[in-house]
This record gives sequence, C-alpha cells and structure tokens, in this order.
Amino acid sequence: MLRITNGTVYDPKNGINGEVRDICIAGGKVVAAADALDAPVLDARDLVVMPGGVEFHAHIAGSKVNAARKMCPEDHRGMPIRRTELTRSGTGHTIPSTFVTGYHFTQLGYTTVIEAAAPPLTARHVHEELQDTPIVDKGFLVLMGNNYFVLKYIAQGDFARLKDYVAWLLNVTGGFGIKIVNPAGVDTWKWGRNVHSLDDQADTFPVTPRQILLNLARVQQELGVPHPIHVHCNNLGSPGNIETTLESIRAVEGLPIHITHAQFNGYGGTSWADISSGAPQLAAYVNEHPNVTVDMGQVVFGPVTTMTADGPWQYHLFQLSGHKWANSDVEMESGSGVVPYRFVRRNAVNAVQWAIGLELALLIDDPWRVFLTTDHPNAGPFHAYPDIIRLLMDHDYRMSKLEGVHSAARTRSGLKDLTREYTLPEIVTITRAGPARRLGLPNKGHLGIGADADVTIYRRLADCADAGEMFARPRYTIKGGEIVAENGRIVRVQPGTLLYVSPEYDPQIQEAICDDFEQYYTVDFANYPVDFDAYLPLRASVPCFLDIATRNPVMEPAHGH
Amino acid sequence: MQFEHIVCGFCGCVCDDIKVTVEDGRVTGVKQACALGRAWLMGHSTESCNSVALVDGEPAPLDEALDVAARYLASSRNPLIYGLSSTVCEAQRQAVELADLLGSNLDTCASVCHGPSGMGFQYAGDSTCTLGEVKNRADLVIYWGANSAEAHPRHFARYAVMPKGLYRPGGRKERTAVVIDIRPTATSRLADLFLQIRPGRDFEAIWALRSLVRGIPLDESSVAITGLTLAQLQDLAQRMMACKFGVLFVGLGLTQTRGRQLNTAAAMLLIRDLNAHTKFALQPLRGHGNVTGHDQVIAWQTGYPFAVNFGRGYPRYNPGEFTAVDLLARREVDAAVIVAADPVCNFPRASSRYLSEIPTICLDNHDTDTTKAARVVIHTGTSGINVEGTFYRMDNVPVRMHKFLPSPYPSDEEVLSEITERVRQLLAARKEANSHAANH
Amino acid sequence: MPEIKLLLVVGRILKQGVGISMGKYTAEYREAVSTLEMNAGDMTALGVQNGDEVELTSPYGQTCVHCKSGNLPVGMAFIAYGPPTSDLTGTETYASGMPDFKAQDVVARALGGGRD
Repeated sequence: MLRITNGTVYDPKNGINGEVRDICIAGGKVVAAADALDAPVLDARDLVVMPGGVEFHAHIAGSKVNAARKMCPEDHRGMPIRRTELTRSGTGHTIPSTFVTGYHFTQLGYTTVIEAAAPPLTARHVHEELQDTPIVDKGFLVLMGNNYFVLKYIAQGDFARLKDYVAWLLNVTGGFGIKIVNPAGVDTWKWGRNVHSLDDQADTFPVTPRQILLNLARVQQELGVPHPIHVHCNNLGSPGNIETTLESIRAVEGLPIHITHAQFNGYGGTSWADISSGAPQLAAYVNEHPNVTVDMGQVVFGPVTTMTADGPWQYHLFQLSGHKWANSDVEMESGSGVVPYRFVRRNAVNAVQWAIGLELALLIDDPWRVFLTTDHPNAGPFHAYPDIIRLLMDHDYRMSKLEGVHSAARTRSGLKDLTREYTLPEIVTITRAGPARRLGLPNKGHLGIGADADVTIYRRLADCADAGEMFARPRYTIKGGEIVAENGRIVRVQPGTLLYVSPEYDPQIQEAICDDFEQYYTVDFANYPVDFDAYLPLRASVPCFLDIATRNPVMEPAHGH
Repeated sequence: MQFEHIVCGFCGCVCDDIKVTVEDGRVTGVKQACALGRAWLMGHSTESCNSVALVDGEPAPLDEALDVAARYLASSRNPLIYGLSSTVCEAQRQAVELADLLGSNLDTCASVCHGPSGMGFQYAGDSTCTLGEVKNRADLVIYWGANSAEAHPRHFARYAVMPKGLYRPGGRKERTAVVIDIRPTATSRLADLFLQIRPGRDFEAIWALRSLVRGIPLDESSVAITGLTLAQLQDLAQRMMACKFGVLFVGLGLTQTRGRQLNTAAAMLLIRDLNAHTKFALQPLRGHGNVTGHDQVIAWQTGYPFAVNFGRGYPRYNPGEFTAVDLLARREVDAAVIVAADPVCNFPRASSRYLSEIPTICLDNHDTDTTKAARVVIHTGTSGINVEGTFYRMDNVPVRMHKFLPSPYPSDEEVLSEITERVRQLLAARKEANSHAANH
Repeated sequence: MPEIKLLLVVGRILKQGVGISMGKYTAEYREAVSTLEMNAGDMTALGVQNGDEVELTSPYGQTCVHCKSGNLPVGMAFIAYGPPTSDLTGTETYASGMPDFKAQDVVARALGGGRD
C-alpha cells in the first residue's frame, strides 16, 4: 500500500494534466483513496507524478540480441556495472546484459518493455532472457511476415487457416503481437535476394508484401489481438523509401497499422547523395489517417548496434560500412542480421537521418499516434531518451544541436523551421499513455483506478537544469506499488510479469500444419510449443477483444482533441 | 512405458525425436538415437549406485557436503567455476549467480573446444543459419577439421547431407559433401570429395580460398604449403561460388591447431566473401549437449561468452587470462567448482593436477577422475533424463529437455542454488563480524 | 631401440563417446583412449605389431598406449583424447585458453624392445 500525496499528476488518458492530487495504491493497483487509508505516505510535494514509461519497441532479448553481445565485447568493456547487495553485475553499453537492461530501464522510469521481434522457433530463448530482465513487465512480438505457413495460407487464399495459424502461433510461443519485417524480403534473402516493391513476390510461395500486410492486418482485427500489426517496412534504409512506406500503409486499406522506427523508412531523394527528409509526407499522411501510428526510431550520434530480422538490409549495411556482420537465417520463419555502426554528426546522411526522427514527431499533430523510440539499439541506446525529450521540448536546444551537425540536416529537412515545443503532457503521452493504448494494455500508461501501480515520480522541470536532466534521473520509480528505484539507485528487485495474448483458434490447425512441419523443420512438432510454467512462470494474459461487432476501433479519441 | 520426442543431450545435435522404453525403473530400449545417444540413455535407472555426496572421499550427508563446499568457497579469494557443458541452462544461470556473488572466475568447456570459434566471431562476424535451412536448401556441405561420423553421428543423416528438404527433395543426390582433413576419416569415406590438407596449414588454405573467391590469382608455389594443389583449391573455390546454398561446418581441427581463432576468423571471413556470390553459411560443430547453452547464458548475463572474471565486482573477459587451463597451470586460483565436466581427464596434466591441491567441489552424475580429485563430490541427476530444462542445439535453437526417470540425486541447479545461499550467509556473517570488530 | 617422431592427432571416436556415458572406468573406454592408430610403415619402422605397447614422449610428459594399424599418412598417428593424451599436452595456450591439443609432436618407442 502506498499513498502518493501532493504530487503534480499527469495522466493524459484520464484527462489529468498537471493537477495536484493523490494517487493511492493497494495490492499493486491504483485504488480509490478509501481503499488505502492506512497506507504509508510518500510525499510528492513539488514533484511530478506520471505513469511508468512504456517502451514500445526495443531489442533486448533473444537470439540476435545475444549474437550481438557475443560478437561485440568491445561494446561492453567501457561500461561495466558493479554488483551490489541487491543487484547483479553486468555490462552495457548499446547491448546491455539482461540484468542491467532491467535495472537501467527502471532507473530511467520505465516499467514495461516490449521486445520488438523474435522468431517462434527461438521463443524459449526470448523468455529465458526476459526472465533474467528484472523488475519491468515485458512481452515480445512474434515475427510472421516471412513465415512458411503464413505465406502458404495467403497463397492458397485460405484465410480461415491463416487466422487459426497466427492465433495458434501466438498461443504456443507466449507472444504478444504480430510483427512483420520486410515482408517477403526476408524469405527471398534465404537465397540471397530481396524485394523492392510491394508487388514483388516471396520465394517459398508467390505472395507479395501487399498481400502479407493486408492479410495479417485482417487477421489481427478478426482475432482481436490487442496490438495492430507492427511493421518494419520493405526498403528500410533506402533513399526514396517514403513511397514504399506510404504504399505499405495504403495496402491495409484503412485497417490499423503501426509503422515502426519510421525514421528509417522516411527518406526522400534517390540516392545517398540527395537523400532528404520524407517526414513531411509521412506526417501529413498520419495526420489524415487515424488508423496509422508510428514510432520515431530517433538517431542518436555515437555508437549503435544495428540488429533486425531484415537480413538483406543488414548485409547491405555491412557492405556500406565494412563493419563486421552477423547473419542468421531461421528455418521456415525468418532471418536476422547484426552490424555495429556509428552515427556521426559530420556525416551528411546521418545528419539528415537525425533530423527526420525529430521532424516527424514535431509534424505529427496527435501525440497519441507517435511514440518515442530509438529502435534500441539500432538508431541509438535507450539511455538517450531524456536528451531526445529535451530536443522535442526545447526549441533553442534543438537549434543549437542542429548547428552542430552536417548542414544537410538544415538543407534537406524542414527541421530548422519547426518551432513547436512538446509540452509535458505530450511527452507523457508519447512515452507512456500512447504506447500503452496502442499496445492494447488497458492497465498500463495511466493512473486511473484499476491501473497497475507503475508510477514514475520526477522532479519538476523548473527544479532541473533542463528536461534532459529531469527525465534522466527520476526521483522514484514504483512498480506494482513497490518503490524499486530512488534517485537512480535500485532499492528493490522483483521479477516482472510476462504479458502475452491467447486468441482463440480451431485446434484442427495443428493437424493441418503437422505434415509440412515434420517434413521441413528439424525439431519435432511435439517439442515446438513453449511450456508456459517453465518459461513464463510469472505471466498475465492481455485480453483480446471479445466481440468483434462492438469492439471500438483501436484508436480512442484522445481527451481534448 | 514408452516415451517419445525425448531429447538426447550428448552431443550438440540435440536430436529431439528419440523414443525410449522404461521398464522397472530402468531404460531398456532406445530408438532413433545414434550409438552415442543410445549409450547416454541406456543403463540409466532410478536406483543410485553411489552415495549422493562424498566429503574427502567418504560418503556424507548432502547437507554436510553443501556446508563444506560453501565454506571452502566463502573463504577462497580467487575461485574458479568451470564446466557446465552437459547441464541445463537453469543450472548454468545459477552458476553465474554464484560466480557473481563470489567474485570468481567463470569459464566453460568452450575454452577447450569452440572458444576460438567465438573469438573468431568477435573479430569477423559470421553468416550462419539453423539446421533446417541446411536440410531445406544446402547443395554443398563441407566439413573442415571435423569428423562428424564419430562425434556427431546423426548430423550427416538427420540434418545436413541425407535428408530430403523443401528445395532438396532428392536428398543426398542433390548435395555434394566435401571433407577437408589431415587424414582420411569415417566422414571422408562418406564424402564426394576428400581434400587431405597439411597439418597446421588450415589458415593458409582458407586464405588461399579467399584470394581465389576475390579473383586474386595465385600460383602453385604460393599454395604448396597447404598440401593441396592449386587445382584442388581452384576447384573447391569454384564449387563454393557456384553452389546455391553452401554450408561450412568447422570442427576442432580448426580450433585446436596452429592458428586457433585466426583459423576460425579466416573461415568466417571466407564465408563473408562468398556471400557476395551466393548464399553461404558457417557453423561450428559444437561438441557437448549444452555448450551452446553456456555461451548463450553467460553472454546474456555478463556480455561475454566464457573466460569471465568477476573479481572487481563486474564481469571482465580475457581468454588466456581467465581461461581454466591457464588459471590452473599458473596456480592462480584457490578453490574450484567443476560442474558437468571432467578436466582432470581432459586438461593437460600440469594444469589439472592442481585441482588436487586446492579445495575442489565437483558436481557430476558419474564418477570420474575429477570426482576422485575433489574434496567434495555431489552426484547430480542427468539433464534430459532426470532433470528437465533448456539445451541449445549447435545452431542456437533452444530445445526443452524432458525428464522421464526420477533420480535419487538432486539437480545441478538445486545444488548450486543451495551452495549460493549458504555462501551468501557466510559472507554476510563475515561482513558483520568484520564491521563489529572494526567498531571495537 | 628405434624411435620415430610422430605428429600425434587427438580427436573423438564413437567408442570413446560411448565410453563417456557407460563409465570412464570401463574397459571399453580405457581401451578407446589408449589405442594409437598408426601408419603400417611406421609400425614396421618401430618394430611393433597390432596390440603392442608403445611409449609416447612429448616435451611435457610421457604415456603408454598400444598400437593398431590405421589409415594414416606416414609420420602421423591418431588417438582418442583422454587421460593418456592429457599426459602429453602442454599448458601453453598462446593467450587463447586453448592448449595444443590436436596436433602434438611426440617421440614413439616400442616398449619391451619391440620385435624384429
């Protein structure tokens, strides 16, 4: 039990924008005051109280993340983390070890983290690493856009089986949502090729990205999986790819779609020589189409480790950079690649990339539909969030940083002309309320009665040098009603909960896939499903929409809009 | 009773299609497994032949053994935890926790097997795939410095060369198998092409192939040192570039000979070069059942895969400095925990004999030379028979090991967890005693 | 008494792998790790026949094994790794952690004088 008193509360979902009020907690939930009368008091006078941060998309657990750790010891050497009485030791920097990942997110005020992508065959690996990622609640998105059975059923026009297969796959992996990466492209990469348009075909079955996107978008709607399809578009990283991105959105014919790390898919121009910002077009489209959300994928100068399921893109980045490259193709399902990289201020392309993420966030009117991410660790490490917040909130600071990068950022994007400054309620929206809503997590990202008692308490902006300092060091992080961090120090370690979905399916799908499975996989079908008691010991099922007819659209109208 | 879909934990193939018959608490029948798997499974029974624990060679209650072990470790200044190759990830995770708590060295069987492959990977990266990609697509399969017929008997038949795959419905007929080794082996007899290379010249041969793949001409004299002719190398390079999907499986012939990590780095760079022409993958043929697992576990918990030291309160990595053979040879450790490994049998004598001179605690399901040298022995259940948990196959696919036979012995995880707790209490008590003393 | 230099190649064989599971004190395992496969010509040069005892000496130690003819090139012999090979291997790892397990220079001598 806890009563947080006198804090200045920001809870956009419930229309609270800077009111002094109490937040009462009992049994790990936000409750009415009457249900926490005897609770110890945490006096939050002169402090800002908001829901715990919700990390929408980060690569923190699983086989490609660990391949990156193994490949890049140099990433870790500069950031050793000592053990304490309470906490395990580990290493950073862009690919932190698992305990450190949990501690650092917590120290930054984040309480829920979604692992962005993993193939079903290695789901156990994700779960084991997530078990070793303490404190935060977590889930992971299941890669499906190049999956043998997904392609097969789309090719056969068998939507019923496609739906059952997707549902079954989520159920047997303990996954949270449908992830699509370079649809059809990763399939062709298994023969060393890629796709470049929405009408190119996959290899294993003659299915196009357009078909994959539309079919999986329909599946998501009909299953009622709470999170829309989460899409890493074709042609990521290529100059001119803004057209691909817009076409990808159009391909789902108005159904909900989330475009992830949109910066990497927001390029105008025709080559590296004339690459420019496509943010205005993308923002305009997002502004006009409420079915679309994006997350930034904001570039942070300095070392990064790129890692995606987009095998051909990762190989291309190796060719561009000459850095070491790890690739792994996963039978029947997906692929992955890792390349360490460094974003450099004086590099014209990197400067434009840096400008695009900011421009996108500043041009999108509705903060409920754009989320703060760095596609950690692809565009930057998550430790950079406070500085990105400052860039969004402080025009002068932004301009001073713009001065320090290659002039291409000024000539090939509109960033220099944007004067908008994000307000604190808007920041709270893009880092908590919006991600939680878009993920379909009814008890996260807000502080209404019944919400999980995940709360971050910061010093007021007026009491800090700047917004970066404010967000870098929460005064308190509270998880499930327990104070877990104070002034940047972990004071309590507890396991987090694994969030998963279990949409309904016809069990007959198992017979339908069994023959192909036994022929083409190299594990027994019986050994494929994940044992929940062993791998998800602390788990919670997030409800799917139960009634298609009365389900509201995924987008609720935001307060005040 | 019949059990199906049992997973064999002996070698890195981690075959999961084994059928086992259990009668009167004893494994009496095994189907599908190779000779290694069959031996691993047969003979296991629910009875124990040994005392659960031994202290100084005499049977002792488990509780006493745990106490003695904890006291040795809590009073040591630079202990070593080593092994972990045949146990489940759950136990490996517990071992890392103990190492972190103790500020100890933590090394695994990788350092004497495929550690150099991991080091090569750190230098060069690697393009790899899961075994199903080999089954479904590969038309060229090369074993270099690996005798899979003797060490991974079902690799050839279940995964790499024989099986019919999605794009290889003809199975064996659609594949070319090549073996590169310093002597003819059981595997080379199965291959379509055997290249007998000069011992210790793998690096030169790989580098020559890199040149050829990159279109740099070579002459006979520059390749003579490899023991292969220019024509042989040119032919191999051609085959590699012309295939649709090639796989290079590398064995201890590269990691345990002159060059070590330079050999594997060179091979990984060769594969990288080949990907400019066609699809090509490289995969180390991991030896024991869960060696891939300990790489994974230690990497996700510390950032580094083996040769780790926690002495400063955080993980440091340095092969040669924190690897077990070296630490023992230089007599730098003062206590050791050996889990699921037998270094007294397998390490150079001048290194392993030191284990008899320091307090050594050994967890194993068999009696071995290491258990004989240890002051504390705790017999533990066999992972995949008595104990369930995760193993990682050589291609990084995580597989759930089943348990189907109860054991009178505890699991490695239980024992390590108990020892960790007792060490924690001893360290806390000492800290309190020290601060009490300091205040007076 | 004749001595020859050999490159000793150390590796795995099925019998040794089986022996690890059945027990390292079984006759099968002990035999598997103490059987030296040699080139027939080298055996003649040493004056030994199948089953004879051979002493191997490296700069680091010495061990006794028994020989059998196998498909090896001249100057090369093979044995499965185990306690005998551990007696021969040095601890130098060249800062890699990995000793010179696989290919070791040894001197071989027939025990008991060999045969003519």
